[in-house]
Amino acid sequence: MNAKIKAFFTGIIVPLVAVLLWEGAARAGFFSPVVLPAPSAVAIKWWQYLAPALPWDSTQQSWLAWLFSGEMIDDAIGSLYRVVVGFIVGAVLALPLGLLMGASTRIYALCNPLVQVLRPIPPIAYIPLAILWFGLGNPPSVFLIAIGAFFPILMNTIAGVRHVDGIYLRAARNLGVGQWTLFTRIMLPAATPYILAGVRIGIGTAFIVVIVSEMIAVNNGLGFRILEAREFMWSDKIIAGMFTIGLLGLALDTAVSALNNHLLRWHRGLEH
Amino acid sequence: MTQIVVTNVQKVFKTKDRDVVALRDINLDITKGEFVCLLGPSGCGKSTLLNAVAGFSLPTGGVITVDGKAVTEPGPDRGMVFQEYALFPWMTVAQNIAFGMEVQHKPKGEISAKVDQLLEVLKLKDFRDRFPKDLSGGMRQRVAIARVLGMDSPIMLMDEPFGALDALTRRNLQDELLRIWKEFGKTILFVTHSIEESIYLADRIIVMTYRPGTIKRDQRVTIPRPRDPSAPEFNELKRELGLLVMEEQQRHAADELKLAAVD
Repeated sequence: MNAKIKAFFTGIIVPLVAVLLWEGAARAGFFSPVVLPAPSAVAIKWWQYLAPALPWDSTQQSWLAWLFSGEMIDDAIGSLYRVVVGFIVGAVLALPLGLLMGASTRIYALCNPLVQVLRPIPPIAYIPLAILWFGLGNPPSVFLIAIGAFFPILMNTIAGVRHVDGIYLRAARNLGVGQWTLFTRIMLPAATPYILAGVRIGIGTAFIVVIVSEMIAVNNGLGFRILEAREFMWSDKIIAGMFTIGLLGLALDTAVSALNNHLLRWHRGLEH
Repeated sequence: MTQIVVTNVQKVFKTKDRDVVALRDINLDITKGEFVCLLGPSGCGKSTLLNAVAGFSLPTGGVITVDGKAVTEPGPDRGMVFQEYALFPWMTVAQNIAFGMEVQHKPKGEISAKVDQLLEVLKLKDFRDRFPKDLSGGMRQRVAIARVLGMDSPIMLMDEPFGALDALTRRNLQDELLRIWKEFGKTILFVTHSIEESIYLADRIIVMTYRPGTIKRDQRVTIPRPRDPSAPEFNELKRELGLLVMEEQQRHAADELKLAAVD
């Protein structure tokens, strides 16, 4: 416990000094607040962005609904919703295809050339087509995120299935395991370390894509909000928004990492 | 009653520039309940023969029958214990033992009763919900044995199962294996390159020659159990078999040098 407290204070020194320097430089007027506002101004803006805009009226809404009625909450939920839906769509398509491509050399030979041609195209490059096909709003954004999540999960699932240790397959055959059980209870769990590494990369990509897609194709969400703030030269709000994006990304990664640790609690090389 | 019959078995591995005859003219009858060791230096084809009986790698000539039926594929009637344990690391000890029975669609209650019994027999009760990564090599091999016992295979095939264990753990597991063998009445085909291990365990030792693998000696061991590795009769047999195995080991070493020279 003591070591933890010590680590906390050690970790906080550099950020604290950076913020103090920044605050001092801003107050001394070294740069215009439009270019770089003081951290205190950003903090205040962040709080205003988070807090409900109107005072609580018990006839209008419940206390809890009011508490979460701030603009930031609405934006964060919008972004998170797109990430989750897009990610699920991408994963649900990538996982079975990856398992098939990993397990069957014929399916691999059939699909791999197309995969290799499409894979290097950054999801961002699909934006014009996405808007042309799906218009504006959630659909193009979800489409782009699905593409962003699809390839990392696909590639890692293929690698995972191909790297299943032959000794497990031999042991399973010795136990009289049929094809389907072999697939679901041996190959799939044996491949999970790879698959989850792909999931982690995929969710990271999805998070990048959601911000970009909101800047172009959607009218809410954290990406939209910081671009909107730029039009009004609200640099404090831009930075407050960026900070929120960072927090949400951290939360997502922590959640995936926790899932990872739970699913791989049997795994020898677990390090986080 | 004869249970495993190996008739004129040949196994040729084709490589790019030559054919390697791993097994030639193997004829072997194993009686139900017999404990048979396959003994020889590496490259003598003892594991190849075991894998052929297991159905992992079928012979290129000849026939192997188990209870009168020709072996064409692996099956739960011939449970295999691998040197590298081959436990499923994502399953706990209890799940590993239960898995084979689940595959056979045994009723749930029967499975859990059997798992409890086997945990008891192999002294694994305290490790029931552990994952294999938390177990020592000896413990893992106990789980692997329990898994095979769970399937009720009449035959246990063991491929140098104790090769990676330290001497004390090894002796300990050998004693356990003998106890289990007697208690469950299994037929055991056990591959080893340890002369002492084979004399300690087997009713019968099949000494194999190095490439091509043939049967050099079919030796019955009549020393009463428990056997004392320091007893004169034990050592006499050990010396005798040692000479046979060393001849083959020298051919193996000479062959390796020759191959190295060609490269």
